Amino acid sequence: MTEALQQLVNGLALGSIYALIALGYTMVYGVLRFINFAHGDVFMLGAFAGLFLYPLTGRQPSIGGAVLVLALAMAVCAAIGILIERLAYRPLRERPRLNVLITAIGVSLLIEYGGQHQAMLGKDPRTFPDLLPVAKLSIGGAVFSSHELVVLGLTLLLLIALRFVVLKTRMGMAMRAVSFNPQAAALMGVNINVVISFTFGLGSALAAAGGILYAMNYPSIEPLMGVMPGLKAFVAAVLGGIGSLPGAALGGLVLGIIETLIKATRWSNYADAVAFAVLILILLFRPSGLLGKTEIEKV
Amino acid sequence: MKAARSKLIVLAALAVSLGVSLISPHLDPYFLDVVLGIGINIILAVSLNLINGHTGQFSLGHAGFMAVGAYLSAALTSFLAPKLIGAMPGSATAQAFFFAALLAGGLGAALAGLLVGIPSLRLRGDYLAIVTLGFGEIIRVILQNMESVGGASGLHNIPQHTSFFWTFGLAAIAVYVIVSLVNSTYGRGFIAVRDDEVAAAAMGINPTRYKVTAFVIGAFWAGIAGGLYAHLKSSLNPTGFDFMRSIEIVVIVILGGMGNTTGVIIAAVLLTLLPVGLRELPTLTFSLAGKQIDLVWKELQMVIYALFIIAMMLLRPQGLFTWTPRKKTDE
Repeated sequence: MTEALQQLVNGLALGSIYALIALGYTMVYGVLRFINFAHGDVFMLGAFAGLFLYPLTGRQPSIGGAVLVLALAMAVCAAIGILIERLAYRPLRERPRLNVLITAIGVSLLIEYGGQHQAMLGKDPRTFPDLLPVAKLSIGGAVFSSHELVVLGLTLLLLIALRFVVLKTRMGMAMRAVSFNPQAAALMGVNINVVISFTFGLGSALAAAGGILYAMNYPSIEPLMGVMPGLKAFVAAVLGGIGSLPGAALGGLVLGIIETLIKATRWSNYADAVAFAVLILILLFRPSGLLGKTEIEKV
Repeated sequence: MKAARSKLIVLAALAVSLGVSLISPHLDPYFLDVVLGIGINIILAVSLNLINGHTGQFSLGHAGFMAVGAYLSAALTSFLAPKLIGAMPGSATAQAFFFAALLAGGLGAALAGLLVGIPSLRLRGDYLAIVTLGFGEIIRVILQNMESVGGASGLHNIPQHTSFFWTFGLAAIAVYVIVSLVNSTYGRGFIAVRDDEVAAAAMGINPTRYKVTAFVIGAFWAGIAGGLYAHLKSSLNPTGFDFMRSIEIVVIVILGGMGNTTGVIIAAVLLTLLPVGLRELPTLTFSLAGKQIDLVWKELQMVIYALFIIAMMLLRPQGLFTWTPRKKTDE
């Protein structure tokens, strides 16, 4: 029972991070209908931004410092996300979707392997500093790190904020309009380019938050750290129903829990393969995902 | 007429590769290794071109099929051959067994291709790309945990059977088979499925069958290439068949032009030579912000691939060697 509770909290913490990344995939898919392969790398850059901004906190773990680093890293990554869209994806807006996907793979490889060069981030893993004081909490015999609760709390907060932006603001309404029908939205006076830039910025900021939270729990960061979480978060987005925001959050949590449970069994070596197996099964049996709408193909 | 001529070309290629094979012991081993690598990459690229280029199903898991063929054939020649025919390296029996093992590896990979082809019935474009990527990774993780073939430490001491004859003979046959297939009446269906699936279905073509066929044939040849690779390098490691290996093959196909067999073959030659050339370039040293930076060219291989991909998509999506841009319709 204690063991189960422990694994559940671990799974929820990992799943929250997947959820934060998955939201970026699903939002970009919503407006542009393509998979932003480089999203996992923005997540990695978020963690590195946290590392480089850490001196601003006076190298002391504190709540104020952590909030400052988090906010700045999110802003930096939002700018990077907007820049990637502007330079690599926008020129291809009218081309076949597959070309954009291939470009995204190229951008992803460029960030990963360019980042590995010694002039950039370097190949060797670096230790992520403690942004927050850590405490061990014991609830019902299960022991947690306070970081895990921070991850859960912050994810919840960001999800509520995102929900507010998407449902209650003018920009959110424009995003939903573009996602529903870009041509009609443009005719109604929505500036599509601004909306797409905003979407990339918002998604990238969430990925940066995910990167910092991930680095707090697994404090060894390197340029390829975003590959696997990125792919798994994509699986989470599909699992929840791509294009659906609550779906992405739910998919992330479900996938995090499944993965943590697998790791606790003797099949732990297969944990990385499980995410892909989940993807294949969901696409075979319910391609629209848990909360997605079935799209009717029009000729 | 045309068919007879291409058969003659294949026969000529076989004869030439047999001839070169006889003198190959006198060639520099490093040179031979590079040349055989070119042949293997040609098979991989031409077979991926059938799936990605001609049929328009973007696959990112070609290294997975290659891994199946490599491990299956290597397991047969390393474990089964000594029991059945004894250790007789170089003998005709050993060569025949090697050929049979290659075929078995190809068939195993084709079976894997069938498994990937089935979900592809329902998926398009980017979803399919991710699923094939996932399949490739699943194969790698399974191999890493299969202790009978060495697990994570890899499979070693595989007999070195791969010769110039086998590599280029099979490459010639692969090119011949795939080109003839695509140019045949039946094969026009692949292109129809790529250009417009709905219209093709309306014309009585079964897109599902064509997609699965493309996957099975493409995977078969990737498996053959994997077998050749295993018996060239004489050791295998699951990490050698990761996503990056698939990307290398994809880059060849993109550079050569999707659906352009000649272009893809040229690109396979050039891109196999690229790492070799990069190794020869001198290391540049300069200082940046007071820090000394060594620019080692061969470390930049993946960065160069990435820039190739982006530049090709922005500037020349039809490939370097395709002169008449074909009209592509979005799905």
